[in-house]
Amino acid sequence: MNNEIAVSVKDLYKKFGDFNAVDGITFDVKKGSIFGFLGPNGAGKSTTMKMLCGLLTPSAGSGRIGGLDIMKDSENIKKNIGYMSQKFSLYDDLSVMENIKFFGSLYGLSGEKLQERSEIALKLAGLEDKRDALTRILPGGIKQRLALGCAILHRPDFLFLDEPTSGVDPISRRNFWEVIHEFAAGGITVFVTTHYMEEAEYCDYLVLIYKGKVVISGTPGELKTGREDQNIYKVVSSSPAALYELLCEEKEFPEVNVFGESIHLVSALNKSESEAAVRKICEKNNILFHSLERTTPSLEDIFVLAIAEADRASAKKNGAYKI
Amino acid sequence: MNIKRTKAIARKEFIHILRDSKSLFASIFIPVMLLVLFGWALNLDVDRIETVICDFDNSPKSRELVSRISKSRFFNVVDYPASMKEAEEHIMYGRAAIMMCVPAGFEKRLANGESPAIGVDIDGSDANRATIGLGYLSNMISIFSNELLNEKMTAAGMKKIEPPLEMRQIVWFNPELESKNYIVPGLIAVIMTVISAMITSLTIAREWERGTMEQLISTPVRGRELIIGKLIPYVTIGYIDVFISVIMGILLFKVPFHGSYLTLFIMGSIFLVGAMSFGILISIAGKSQLIANQLSLLTAFLPAILLSGFAFTIENMPIILQIMSQFFPATYFVKILKNIFLKGVGFEILFYDMAMLSIYCLVLFVLANKKFKKRLE
Repeated sequence: MNNEIAVSVKDLYKKFGDFNAVDGITFDVKKGSIFGFLGPNGAGKSTTMKMLCGLLTPSAGSGRIGGLDIMKDSENIKKNIGYMSQKFSLYDDLSVMENIKFFGSLYGLSGEKLQERSEIALKLAGLEDKRDALTRILPGGIKQRLALGCAILHRPDFLFLDEPTSGVDPISRRNFWEVIHEFAAGGITVFVTTHYMEEAEYCDYLVLIYKGKVVISGTPGELKTGREDQNIYKVVSSSPAALYELLCEEKEFPEVNVFGESIHLVSALNKSESEAAVRKICEKNNILFHSLERTTPSLEDIFVLAIAEADRASAKKNGAYKI
Repeated sequence: MNIKRTKAIARKEFIHILRDSKSLFASIFIPVMLLVLFGWALNLDVDRIETVICDFDNSPKSRELVSRISKSRFFNVVDYPASMKEAEEHIMYGRAAIMMCVPAGFEKRLANGESPAIGVDIDGSDANRATIGLGYLSNMISIFSNELLNEKMTAAGMKKIEPPLEMRQIVWFNPELESKNYIVPGLIAVIMTVISAMITSLTIAREWERGTMEQLISTPVRGRELIIGKLIPYVTIGYIDVFISVIMGILLFKVPFHGSYLTLFIMGSIFLVGAMSFGILISIAGKSQLIANQLSLLTAFLPAILLSGFAFTIENMPIILQIMSQFFPATYFVKILKNIFLKGVGFEILFYDMAMLSIYCLVLFVLANKKFKKRLE
């Protein structure tokens, strides 16, 4: 990874009628990095990606991909990108090899080159022995890998993956990310949207988008260090689910999250005060209290916090308008 | 325009078509079925009209008149009722369209030099059939009447009277005046209009519905490459359909084919590209398979059947419909096919129709290209 800017977006807007799907987004992406776009469903991740790929026309703003303007040059950009949509969109009634060769030809490959690249894509998808099988019969994870194989046939400089791992089992998901890391190491800039928080850790740079706006951005490390002043505690108890419900009602704890067997708690109080408060609630409700420890926030804590802050800020703003 | 990409699209479409055996079967079988059904059902020849005859005289003269009519191929005498009431019932129940009555004393009155009246009643609810039947009948009665007159003259020792005027008729192109000979070529044009729009109207809408279009438009493929690539396999099917229909027209319906197969091929190609482009335009505009399918039926089927002149003569339509008919390609192709089949004429006579078809073809192709956007919104 070097410091060359590969994708640059400034004040990008997309309106659908009265609805601002993307509401003024600005970011830069370094060449050869894995750029993660995170956010809840409907936040505007896919819309932004589609504008970059030339599938949607931006309502306003500007953007450049590899030096080409997304407003004027979208057809030239298409020669140099690979796109994988959220929904599987290869042809079900074509065989594995027919799909690969079809997309290869659309990207201008032919003859030996097409043959050679097709074999690589086939290997990537792990379908060497299923080359003549109809795509319809493949399981979801394999289909996604085939789609990825088709998207990189022409060796694009940019790869756009829209929720590539949704509905894919954890092992396939890990394999998928390994492949994506290999691409990035080879100099391909990978742009990926996801709503799996654990996948955020695989990215080099993250942007959290919420209601069409960038809420926070940075490398995973930067995002975590930015929150060290917060009082975040890990609470272990006999009944995390029940305790979670109870803690949510307390004003002192603006954010409560369940993390496996423990609860992550953002507190307005210091450690001893927090522990006393939690102990009290546990005793009152016959829950066995084990421990309360200060913890480094996970990315999920940080995102949840950032979204809550954004909601509070917009509520305040709306409230001010009412007066 | 990139040939490689166009070929890739065409190859992919061929695979879709060949793998979807039901649709492939339908696109070959439906035209055959329509041709057989319409070819036999749409018979505009009026003959074997159901007739009842009451002969109240039952004399040699009246029997002679009755037997002439019953032997004619224009009439099918279903009954010889003994009473008027029975005869009227046949008309009422639709079992007969014409009823003829020879009055009692017919022969006697003829011998006395009187002119007895022959009663003819017709069912006017099918006016076309009734008028034509009435024409045949009055012709036969007047011939018979003429012969009776001449018989009388010779009996009285006078010379026969020849009618002062005589007509000599020559029917061009369709000597037997059989309606199937002009219906079948027109029908082929109508069926091809409908089938072309039907099979292509789904092709783009399907890609939008299945989400494959999203992947397709993320590649460098151009709209015109996509459209031409999709046209190639469908036009091929169109050729197969036209070929089968023409062979059926010649062998099954025994329609004479006087024209050149090359002319048919060239005109057919222009027509097929235009008609298929129309279907693709609908598919682009409709965006959903259901809408595209309904649109294609409405915009291709109805004008082709009603306005193309294949069964209903354009010159007899109100002027507004005459003008409208000029905007539908079926009108030109119906005329072209009738001319190639029956008259055997070529470009020198069909130039105008070919030019109109070419313009239509070009306009639709350009429209389809303009309408197709490589965007999701």
